[in-house]
Amino acid sequence: MNMNSLLRNEGFRFILFAVLIMALPSILSGGYLLNVFVFVGIHTLLAVALNLLLGYAGQISLGQAAFFGLGAYASGILTATYGQNPWVSMVAVAAAVGLLAFLIGFPILKLKGHYLAMATLGFGIIVYIALNEAVDLTGGPSGLSGIPNLALGGLTFDNDLKNYYLVWGVTLATILLSLNLVNSRVGRGLRAIHDSEVAARVMGVHVRLLKVQIFALSAVISSLAGSLYAHTMTFVSPASFGFNFSVELVTMVIIGGLGSIYGSFLGAALLTLLPEMLRAFQDYDIIVYGLLLIIMTMFMPGGLVRGVPALARRLLTRSEKGRADA
Amino acid sequence: MNLIQQLSQYILSGLSTGAIYALIGVGFAIIHNATGIINFAQGEFVMLGGMLTLFFSATLKLPLLLAVVLAIVVSTIAGIVFERLAIRPLKDATPINLVIITIGGSILIRGISMLLWGKETHSLPTFSGDEPILLGEATILPQHLWIFAVTTVLIVFSKLFFSYTISGKAMRACAYNRRAAGLVGIDVRRMVLFSFAISSAMGSLAGIIIAPLTMTSYDVGVMLGLKGFCAAIIGGMSSGLGTVFGGVILGVLEALGAGLLSSGYKDAIAFVILLLILFIRPQGLFRKGESERV
Repeated sequence: MNMNSLLRNEGFRFILFAVLIMALPSILSGGYLLNVFVFVGIHTLLAVALNLLLGYAGQISLGQAAFFGLGAYASGILTATYGQNPWVSMVAVAAAVGLLAFLIGFPILKLKGHYLAMATLGFGIIVYIALNEAVDLTGGPSGLSGIPNLALGGLTFDNDLKNYYLVWGVTLATILLSLNLVNSRVGRGLRAIHDSEVAARVMGVHVRLLKVQIFALSAVISSLAGSLYAHTMTFVSPASFGFNFSVELVTMVIIGGLGSIYGSFLGAALLTLLPEMLRAFQDYDIIVYGLLLIIMTMFMPGGLVRGVPALARRLLTRSEKGRADA
Repeated sequence: MNLIQQLSQYILSGLSTGAIYALIGVGFAIIHNATGIINFAQGEFVMLGGMLTLFFSATLKLPLLLAVVLAIVVSTIAGIVFERLAIRPLKDATPINLVIITIGGSILIRGISMLLWGKETHSLPTFSGDEPILLGEATILPQHLWIFAVTTVLIVFSKLFFSYTISGKAMRACAYNRRAAGLVGIDVRRMVLFSFAISSAMGSLAGIIIAPLTMTSYDVGVMLGLKGFCAAIIGGMSSGLGTVFGGVILGVLEALGAGLLSSGYKDAIAFVILLLILFIRPQGLFRKGESERV
């Protein structure tokens, strides 16, 4: 088997990706960048979750930060305020958030396009306001602190390196699960819904239920990401879960590539590293961000995963053509 | 203060914020009807109205009336530029693409404003004094009267425009069926451009008349835009009375909720209403017939 066909093999690609991710800390050799890559991991988890919904099923959500925030806060409150076991809390919270998404999914996902975008946005803002206002429970705008680190036996995840492996362990597992999902019968059903709901229904896809299920699944993953965030940061405040972050997540998915799991990683990595690189320019980053969103949508609608190879191919054929003409 | 007094005060202030939501909502409806797009950057034009008026009157020391006119002109140009650069070049755009691109535009406008004018909150002087006027059990500020007057004039104006002028009728034709409108010789692309120009002008005017009451800063557009969208949804995306009722209902419920329940949850009330409307009557409260969930 040559390299090219090997790269086309899904399993091989995943193993290659996992090995690279696992080897990354030795290249970064600790320090500040390692901390940034913990966030890349959490953002990848969120972007993959949103991509299942937006990229595969074609249903937009501008309220994804709400599920992330609910996961983070519920984990934080259960462990810091009520002293519950973090692992048990994490699972219970994910289940509860998934159930909530399942219930609101039925009325919300009846809507389409702009209306769906606005409804999910409205939901996100309601949750954001509640996090700010329920001061007794959440600590209000000043946030909730004293959230314990996760621990496994004698091992406490209390530094960047341990957190890196913790977060990426969960993220890689989720990526594997998502790859299996999108390449299965369910994944084909999702893509059918994306193309035409009527056609999907005619072919026997239970459109309504499948849309709600994928919405709930993406909420469960986002909630897990939230719990991980709370336990690695040991502090949460509402500012991290607002409308802007929901938009940022959509941007990650679009820039990486709709309907591409690895694209979600690319988008998450780019948008997490970019503000770090733009730190020198301080306030300019918001402009760069808006421009990036517009330019990518206009000129690279397939995202980086498809856009960059296409660009390379075009440049290559053009130079070949130039040589042939000469 | 007794309850009647309180209630009438809430309702009165609710009516005036409701009028603002209506103006912003009409801006959403005009673009949506001509193009099928929900312009997520609509709130930024509201913000531009307030900030530009402040810039022309406070920084450049121009008289208020001139500052207001210039602010509207500049926001309208911004709306036109936005349509030409971001909306028109978009080929075979999906709703998701359009959502993303208008969100990108709103972030960009917000970012530029932040760079130009900083992150502080500014206040704009009221147009004709701060002496409260007694109205039955409640008081009202002269600025509220400005808001009612401007909203009424604009709604009447847009009604006349859409019913009696050639351009207005052409835009309605585009809303009804773009292909057919094109076939009878209407320049659809020009109408789209036109709809962006009108709605950015109306949005900026809304921003100008509300700025003396609520203060203005680079990021006020997000909330105002979303409230305006709620008003448009309640009104069934009509560019006339429906949206006015939508805005007023929203404004009054919000004021009552803030006064009687909790001011912290004021903004959440609007979105609970939005969700309920979207779930139960996505075609709006005032539109009869087929429910089309598009």
